[in-house]
Amino acid sequence: MSEMVKNTGLFVLVAVLILGTGFVQSWNTALLILNMGLISAVMSLGLNLQWGFAGLFNVGVMGFVALGGLAGVLVGMPPVPEAWAAGGVGVIAGLVLGAAVIVVAAVVFNRMGRGPMRVLAMLVILVGGFFAFRAVFDAGVEAVEDVNPAATGYLGGLGLPIVLAWPVGGILAAGAAWLIGKTALGLRSDYLAIATLGIAEIILAVLKNEDWLARGVKNVNGLPRPVPYEVDLQNDPGFVEQVSALGLDPVTASSLTVKLGYAGLFAVVLVLILTLAQLALNSPWGRMMRAIRDNETAARAMGKDVTRRHLQVFILGSAVCGIAGAMMTTLDGQFIPTAYQPLRFTFLIWVMVIVGGSGNNFGAVLGGFLIWFLWVQVEPMGHWVMQIVTAPMADGSALKEHLLGSAAHMRLLTMGVILLLVLRFSPRGLIPGR
Amino acid sequence: MDFLNAIVALSNFVLVPAVTYGSQLALGALGVTLIYGILRFSNFAHGDTMAFGTMVTILVTWGLQAAGVGFGPLPTALLALPFGIVACMALVLVTDRMVYRFYREQKAKPVIFVIVSIGVMFIMNGLVRFIIGPGDQRFADGERFIISARDFKELTGLREGLALKTTQGITVVTAVIVVALLFWFLNRTRTGKSMRAYSDNEDLALLSGINPDRVVMVTWLIVAALATVAGTLYGLDKSFKPFTYFQLLLPVFAAAIVGGLGSPLGAIAGGYVIAFSEVMITYAWKKVLTYLTPEALEPDGLVQLLSTNYKFAVSFVILLIVLLFRPTGLFRGKAV
Repeated sequence: MSEMVKNTGLFVLVAVLILGTGFVQSWNTALLILNMGLISAVMSLGLNLQWGFAGLFNVGVMGFVALGGLAGVLVGMPPVPEAWAAGGVGVIAGLVLGAAVIVVAAVVFNRMGRGPMRVLAMLVILVGGFFAFRAVFDAGVEAVEDVNPAATGYLGGLGLPIVLAWPVGGILAAGAAWLIGKTALGLRSDYLAIATLGIAEIILAVLKNEDWLARGVKNVNGLPRPVPYEVDLQNDPGFVEQVSALGLDPVTASSLTVKLGYAGLFAVVLVLILTLAQLALNSPWGRMMRAIRDNETAARAMGKDVTRRHLQVFILGSAVCGIAGAMMTTLDGQFIPTAYQPLRFTFLIWVMVIVGGSGNNFGAVLGGFLIWFLWVQVEPMGHWVMQIVTAPMADGSALKEHLLGSAAHMRLLTMGVILLLVLRFSPRGLIPGR
Repeated sequence: MDFLNAIVALSNFVLVPAVTYGSQLALGALGVTLIYGILRFSNFAHGDTMAFGTMVTILVTWGLQAAGVGFGPLPTALLALPFGIVACMALVLVTDRMVYRFYREQKAKPVIFVIVSIGVMFIMNGLVRFIIGPGDQRFADGERFIISARDFKELTGLREGLALKTTQGITVVTAVIVVALLFWFLNRTRTGKSMRAYSDNEDLALLSGINPDRVVMVTWLIVAALATVAGTLYGLDKSFKPFTYFQLLLPVFAAAIVGGLGSPLGAIAGGYVIAFSEVMITYAWKKVLTYLTPEALEPDGLVQLLSTNYKFAVSFVILLIVLLFRPTGLFRGKAV
């Protein structure tokens, strides 16, 4: 019972922190933290599936989140018919050709016996295939990117409701995870970690440079929204009347309403995934996963197909990260490939899972909220601390300026300290798993 | 003549940059590989260790420059390097004492060490940004070129110029000296031999009376020196920016892994493999090919396999390909 009380207390604490932000700073900030906290919680649930359930060391979270973000663009934005007419066929044909080359190469590799002939055949297929692919693909890409590059210059999306992007983001990430898992899960320990890190960087490099796909570093903004626009609310007499009756200013009220709308949608997703994860953890499947995590050899001896189970959980966890990524682009209303940085999207999620409690779904959710809160609030807090520290110094002194300016970098330092303290004194996290 | 021009163009744009970058990567990868061999974990904080050592070097360089101390045609940073190394050694020893030792005594799983090193990475990254700021810092001085493209053209009468920057020369010379010292140390001295023994078989080494604390300490000292040298050379050659050093972690790891974790020779080979593939795959071969082919066959495109923006991704593609066929790297590294 006391454990129950402690855990509830921890969640209450986080709620108090966020509500406190509302009272002390502004409700807008509080809701911003809440929304990103909900998304972070989904991401850490995804990573917890992989690390907490199965002991898979995935440092490629960023890649899956970015793929989910891409889904927001591919589903939500309207198509660009001129671009499709100009080079759509070329791009699609190029991609199909590229995939065909890889399939043919794989088939030939498996059919032919070892020896110099196989190496030669592989070289011919891959090098020749690469140039053929580039010939078809580049022409298409050039045509697409030439279509009004300032405004579009890409193929656009499907123009469907943006909420559909969430499951699509999950599917996209799951597909990538399947491909990666098939090749990389055979690797041992640290080799797997670095491989996933590298794959995330490759995904990001593609998103940054393939302008026909999502405009690359030119970014896509103005994604459609699942919630009404603030301006529309402010122009709606019914809404203005309602909030005025509550004694609120319509401008503030409209922005709060929009954020609450997002929070509601995200909360539904979080509860859904949390419930599923909880059911999975307590099912025979969950027990099997934990058995594999704790002793792979023994599990294998019991007849469990470890590689298959690893692949399965790797795909599931990545899909959850993809869903979170799609939710995030929906919230931001834009897709900025350069914003995906491992310090934020991979390593911070790891801090969330470790601090919250790996292997425990509620722990992962708690960690998501708590660490996100700190990530946002450490900066103003650092500034405040610095102001106190530097108060006795002379105004305009170089050291004072430097210290005040550096307060912004307290964030990483604090995250590192928190991670190390938790690992040292409570290695199983705030809400330990079983 | 055209053939000579082609060779010069190739050296100028491919060979020299790749050898320089490869040497920097190799020094970084040697640090990663030593930690993996002796302490048995992948140190994610290595990029930021490099950044810290370099940062101290830069600060001392600025101090020396302000005091009017120079190194003639060579960059002042070389004079400041020992200070950077000592500071970096102090940092890693303090880190080991305060953080890693606890887990060593607990005999924690390697993966825990990796996660711990992520925490250390956050702290070091924050520390560097806190002290020197996140911006770009330039600290190279002295002569810029050993030989500039124009001088080379005048000297040889060729159409293509070959520019050799001072920093490129220093990088290669320093790398050769450092690597030679390291291998002499590992193969010839008592401590070096005990380190190798410890790396090969921990239990056996302990049985034969090797002091593990000493081995670990010496390893950290060497790694700090390697990291600072690699970081300073990279900073001199390109520029210093904390975030770049964090990103450097990735190609450095790629180099160490392609060579096989735990194998010093592999780390060096890996460094050059990664550097050469990055440069060669993203280089526009048009110039070289134009010299080599008859006019009718001259290529009209840039003949670039991938755009330069993919430089970073190339190291991982190479890494993945190597791992697919050799799961523990070219020189058959270890797996814990």
